Amino acid sequence: MQVSRRQFFKICGAGMSGSSIALMGFSPTSALAEVRSYKLAHATETRNMCPYCSVSCGVLIYTTGDKSKNAKADIIHIEGDPDNPVNRGTLCPKGSGLLDMVKSPNRLKYPEVREPGTNEWKRINWDDALTRIAKHMKADRDANFIEKNAAGVTVNRWNTFGFLASSAANNETGYISHKVLRSLGAVAFDTQARI
Amino acid sequence: MTNHWVDIKNADLVLIMGGNAAEAHPCGFKWVIEAKKDRKAKLVTVDPRFTRSASVSDFYAPIRAGADIAFLGGVINYLLTNDKIHHEYVKNYTNAGFLINPDYKFEDGIFSGYNPEKRNYDKATWGYQMTEADKKTGDSWVKVDPTLQDPNCAFQLLKKHYSRYTPDLVSSVCGTPKDAFLKICEMIADTAAPDKTMTILYALGWTQHSVGSQNIRTMAIIQALLGNMGMAGGGINALRGHANVQGITDMCLFGQNLPGYIASPTEADVDRKTFLEKRTPKPLRPNQMNFPQNFPKWFTSLQKAWYGNAATDKNDFAYDWLPKIDGAYDTLALFEKMHQGKMNGFVCQGFNPLASVSNKKKVGDALAKLKYLVIVDPLVTDTSEFWKNHGEFNEVDASKIATEVFRLPADCFAEDTGSFTNSGRVIQWHWKAADGPGESKGDIEIIATLFQKLKAMYAKDGGKFPDAIMNLTWAHRIPTKPSSAELLMEISGKALADVFDPKDKTKVIAKAGEQLAGFAQLRDDGSTSCGNWIYGGCWSQAGNLTARRDNADPSGLGQTLMWGFAWPANRRIIYNRASCDMAGKPWDPKRTVIRWTGTAWAGNDIPDMRPDAAPEEGVMPFIMTPEGVARLFAPGMAEGPFSEHYEPFETPLDKNPFHPGNPKALNNPAARVYKGDMEVFGKAKDFPYVCTTYRLVEHFHYWTKHARINAVLQPEQFVEISEELGKEKGIANGDRVKVRSNRGFIKAVAVVTKRIPTLMVDGKKVHTVGIPIHWGFKGLTKPGFITNTLTPYVGDANSQTPEFKAFLVNIEKA
Repeated sequence: MQVSRRQFFKICGAGMSGSSIALMGFSPTSALAEVRSYKLAHATETRNMCPYCSVSCGVLIYTTGDKSKNAKADIIHIEGDPDNPVNRGTLCPKGSGLLDMVKSPNRLKYPEVREPGTNEWKRINWDDALTRIAKHMKADRDANFIEKNAAGVTVNRWNTFGFLASSAANNETGYISHKVLRSLGAVAFDTQARI
Repeated sequence: MTNHWVDIKNADLVLIMGGNAAEAHPCGFKWVIEAKKDRKAKLVTVDPRFTRSASVSDFYAPIRAGADIAFLGGVINYLLTNDKIHHEYVKNYTNAGFLINPDYKFEDGIFSGYNPEKRNYDKATWGYQMTEADKKTGDSWVKVDPTLQDPNCAFQLLKKHYSRYTPDLVSSVCGTPKDAFLKICEMIADTAAPDKTMTILYALGWTQHSVGSQNIRTMAIIQALLGNMGMAGGGINALRGHANVQGITDMCLFGQNLPGYIASPTEADVDRKTFLEKRTPKPLRPNQMNFPQNFPKWFTSLQKAWYGNAATDKNDFAYDWLPKIDGAYDTLALFEKMHQGKMNGFVCQGFNPLASVSNKKKVGDALAKLKYLVIVDPLVTDTSEFWKNHGEFNEVDASKIATEVFRLPADCFAEDTGSFTNSGRVIQWHWKAADGPGESKGDIEIIATLFQKLKAMYAKDGGKFPDAIMNLTWAHRIPTKPSSAELLMEISGKALADVFDPKDKTKVIAKAGEQLAGFAQLRDDGSTSCGNWIYGGCWSQAGNLTARRDNADPSGLGQTLMWGFAWPANRRIIYNRASCDMAGKPWDPKRTVIRWTGTAWAGNDIPDMRPDAAPEEGVMPFIMTPEGVARLFAPGMAEGPFSEHYEPFETPLDKNPFHPGNPKALNNPAARVYKGDMEVFGKAKDFPYVCTTYRLVEHFHYWTKHARINAVLQPEQFVEISEELGKEKGIANGDRVKVRSNRGFIKAVAVVTKRIPTLMVDGKKVHTVGIPIHWGFKGLTKPGFITNTLTPYVGDANSQTPEFKAFLVNIEKA
């Protein structure tokens, strides 16, 4: 059987291990000379979900390294999870591009601020960013919090501050966001789910 | 979805209407193909465009965007006129025989109780006829005519209401050829047989209308008449947006709801007692489960999850610490308030409203009135740069915009551990694969750190009403970085004190500190806590059930009960008691979901019924209603207990063909329209073409424009028109065109295609312009216009979902 190196890797990728194929005598003449092995064989596999549509397809994410403390994991490949009963290993044209979304040059990397009236972003550190935001929120809340309405009913409401929640975030993010918002008295919030 | 993705394979007929699963949900759509291949199921697609779903259909019919109720109302009329309904199901499992208040009226497009100034209804006449209250027990029941003959019973009113939806009128309003409409009616009617089912797959094509909720309501009536609810291969199946849109909806990130769809306190709910009484219904028929009677347990357990030991019966379980709402706080209402200058601060967490909300100009102007805006996102969103001039794509002057904008980098799905809930209500845990780029942080850490900062400021400096902030439970190992595991355990629920069996007060069913097995163990005395009752039991003493990955499917129905955890109670098909007849025998034994074994309900799913409710007790399947049955007549809706065809707010017609003499009944009479928005609705004389917006298979919303491969696949914005319109306007394939609505314009490349049919509506030709939404001024695609520059600022009267699917435009060569 004549198998090119490229076809050989394709066969291995289809689910059989390369070495067992070789043992059965299907060894490609040129591939035997290759030093480089199939890269996913040494990758760490992590189960995750495609974040796009609500089919919520299971995906397998392959990273370099073995999750040990000193090995920084880097995502090198994402594919459908064959065990998932819904997508059974398939991904659509959106999901097939997940690696390019994770690695997009348009990912945000640092906190930034755009000062009023200016035309550019300025990099700031996390602590400064969150302190400034918290100060804005507290000043706004303390100035506009309504404890009782005209009829004297306790309403404990702060509605000059609003929040739009992601529907691609985890349930746990949604829950803690909701819990924090209500404790502040916020009511002006909504989610992408509405739209 | 009442059912789930894999269950689509169990259908005999799949109707795709108000959606395009083949392109928007491709890996779920696979199960439609499976049904066609293995069950010889038929696929019917009804859409203004010949979509890829249509291309593999057994039958396709075109429809004008915004005419779905006319079509579906016509189906109801067909089923009733030709007696194609599932009689035993309708009689027992719906409110067909329930007697309605004789003062209920429907005249020339308007239901009784309308207030034209307020644009809303007083629903007093939309109720049931009740028996006198029993002197001893106080019970009062709905009067029922089991023969369904009483002229005031829901069934007769339904028949009368939809008798106007004749095939001729339907065809004229929808632009659907009459023979195509009747052919589809016939195919749908076949599923009235007890052992035949139809599933409906819809998405934003039904919700994004000023009558969105009623589109779905009308389909629910059809599925109830055909006996398709609760069946394998049946149900009402919303194919939703993002991977966790279902979960975030369940967590109720809405001003008007607390987690688990608990309606928020309003100003009228002056104390806990009033609040609970209003939300805890009394049964309307004898022997019914009336499951919402447990409301006080859900609510009290939520307050205990949030306020712990600080919530006691001495302080009404901290009821006053919850804010009381004074009106609407949906997205359109928020931007209206912001536009009026009534908001100071705003956070967009993974949300790009400049692109995804109606009337981009209004949204941009509103954002410019804020003092501070915070963007939390993995990517550079268009919203984050609303203040920056991007030429004709975003014509603004940064020097005049005083909003202080913070942009914080968030991790994405691959960099995060936690759970997502798919459309089929299956909660699935996922694991972090790697760190995010640069200094990005997880969403939880960002919100928790911000909260800890605020709390410290209130502790140090004091301020308005710090009680709720200071007492919020926060039992996390790292206060600035709660783990998803800690949070899901809190959501699922635990015993704070020993919980006893209600039947045997000496028997402990959950010891203090243990995770609860489910919402049935919740109590209203403060002995349990639960962050979201419908997720109750997803993390039990057995551990994190959402992390289960056993895909065994012994029934062959695709239920996979050991894969993740479906809410509620790991039930995969809700209302599944309705898959059996009154005696508890499955309507179709080959697709047994559950059955009565003689002593209990059991089978291939978690029964949606009290496990020991013998069929002769007459406990009906729709346990979430106090009636116990499905509602053909539904008094809860904003614009009427039955649906009615109303034209979109921008319509090519000058009258509603169902009510040509009544201008009040032209558009949804109960839809909310703000001052200033009504004035900018376009008229057909200036904007003669119906426009509808949609998604492509290569892109996901405004997200994949940042992914290189997707940007390469669909690099440039385009609009689709018919060959006929192309000829009329002298537009050829590849020409640059300008599309205008009364709110703005976009420019794009024209695709002249047979996929968009021209329709005959009310005696005249109606052309459709189709616009995919995926472009903006940030991204790896060619810069494009934000499609929502064009769309009208009006929403559905119940949900306030904007009307993106039917409005008016004009088009010319650019």
